[in-house]
Amino acid sequence: MIELRHISRFFQVGGETVHALDDVDMTIESGEYVAVMGPSGSGKSTLLNILGLLDRPTAGTYLLDGTNTTDLDANAQARVRGEKVGFIFQTFHLVPRLTALENVELPMVLASRPGAERRARARELLAGVGLADRMDHRPDQLSGGQRQRVAIARAMVMQPALLLADEPTGNLDSGSGKEVLDVLEKLNAAGLTLIVVTHDPLVGARARRRINMRDGKVLEDVRR
Amino acid sequence: MKAGDLLAFATQSLLRARMRSSMMLLAMAIGVAAVVMLTALGEGARRYVTGEFSALGTNLVVVFPGRTETGGINPGVLGGDTPRDLTIADAESLLRLPTVADAAPIIVGQATISVGRLERDTTLMGGTRSIFAVRRWGVRQGELLPAIRWDQTASVCVIGANLARELFPHMSAVGQWLRVGERRFRVIGIIGSEGRSLGFDVQELILVPVATAEAIYNRTSLFRILVQARSPDEMQRTRTDIVETLKARHQGVEDVTVVTQDALLSTFNAIFTVLTLALGAIATISLLVAGVLVMNVMLVAVSQRTAEIGLMKALGARPGQITRLFLMEAVLLALCGSLIGVTVGELITWAVRKTLPFDAVAPTWAVVFGVVVAIACGLIFGILPARRAARLDPVLALAGKV
Repeated sequence: MIELRHISRFFQVGGETVHALDDVDMTIESGEYVAVMGPSGSGKSTLLNILGLLDRPTAGTYLLDGTNTTDLDANAQARVRGEKVGFIFQTFHLVPRLTALENVELPMVLASRPGAERRARARELLAGVGLADRMDHRPDQLSGGQRQRVAIARAMVMQPALLLADEPTGNLDSGSGKEVLDVLEKLNAAGLTLIVVTHDPLVGARARRRINMRDGKVLEDVRR
Repeated sequence: MKAGDLLAFATQSLLRARMRSSMMLLAMAIGVAAVVMLTALGEGARRYVTGEFSALGTNLVVVFPGRTETGGINPGVLGGDTPRDLTIADAESLLRLPTVADAAPIIVGQATISVGRLERDTTLMGGTRSIFAVRRWGVRQGELLPAIRWDQTASVCVIGANLARELFPHMSAVGQWLRVGERRFRVIGIIGSEGRSLGFDVQELILVPVATAEAIYNRTSLFRILVQARSPDEMQRTRTDIVETLKARHQGVEDVTVVTQDALLSTFNAIFTVLTLALGAIATISLLVAGVLVMNVMLVAVSQRTAEIGLMKALGARPGQITRLFLMEAVLLALCGSLIGVTVGELITWAVRKTLPFDAVAPTWAVVFGVVVAIACGLIFGILPARRAARLDPVLALAGKV
């Protein structure tokens, strides 16, 4: 499903060139559960951004479902993001003025889906993450774990094939963190490709495949 | 994104940022209210002046000494040297024209009036009995000027109501005597009309027979002749008749200016329409200032909402959608602000109409113009912030590093 060939991403910081990703090759099959690990500055977040088409590689080719995404223009990339990729962030990134239900509906709003379909799907997903009774709450009325579950429901609303989670438990206590991981793993079990970026070894240990990164290079790639 | 969703989303984010939104609404509202009020002022002035000229009387033709090329008033008309005086005999000759219903020769000057030790400077008008008909004046007490020959003097006067009250505070003015310089006049009537016309306050006026005024000022030239035409359809013919008659009397030299009331009205109409336009243009500047403010506040909004913009991009929003979202916010603000502005402006002009004798009404074109310019401002000044939002790098935006 994912094929990275000679992917590099350089940044200019001051007069220096930082190699956030340095000639990375990687293949991830559909339905895999991958943990990307490494210290900060190892390039794991950059990798995730490139996988989610939020960032463009400086060099190399990224094939997603056989399509070369590096050739796509901004609008086409946005469409791919909307239809194929779901994002989970460490800080949740819910829109504070919208209710849980409206937050979950947002990707479908952007995709011009009809209101009734939107609401039905968002309700179903919120119920699926155990928030049936919190739909009309705003983010500031929800706990951290609940917010992340709203974010998961939002990531799933367009039925993507790929879920990218950047430190999904980083801002949560261990109890809510475990709940969130359980939800993500259940989705993976249903066939979704799940890629989690984390520096928490306990989180990484749960994945079936672990990619360790350092200085923009893949240090080790272990399957369990 | 559907239009309805776009509208709902923009409304929600505006309602959320209440302080910011209300400041922008205020700026837009002030701009539009300024357009409404200033043009109402100009329009009010136009109505006032045209009202004054209509109050002069009906079917009026005014004859000035001196020749001007245009139909309007120029400084030469208002008292420059003229080749030949306009005389009482000239005025009388006009009465013989079939198109002329009536004529009233006028002399105007300043005079010091005294009664005992009371002294007062005021405007003295030399006129004839016909002035009452032509100007549609009446007397509230006593009688009109006597029906004497126009070249005959008489030591009588008709005075305005204010003047009568001030000079004869505790008695009826009619029948009393007053002095103009060394001459004594008997008050025979008090003018019943009110208001100003042609720049004189009728209530402050002293009116004496025209030949007497000539004697007071020791001159034989008229200030002007007011002529009433028989029919409003014959204004142009009346005008030509007058010009021909006076030309013949002045050895074939056309040295008078004859202006119909219509021409005067349309001249002043034109002047005041331009004035209203100018006032509207000045007010438009405040709209532009409001537009710049909207741009600044929207730029701040964009930088405050970078994380949200990054998120929208991650959720599949195309750059064009982000642009539309922010433009929609700017236009919504401009629209609501201008509606508030129109309401406030109309309320204030209504209050002015109720409290002052000034018919201030904002012309419809100005109201429409104000709203359209406000919305255009919202669009134009909203483009820069909206495009900046659309161009944000989603990675940096999500990290809050923009």
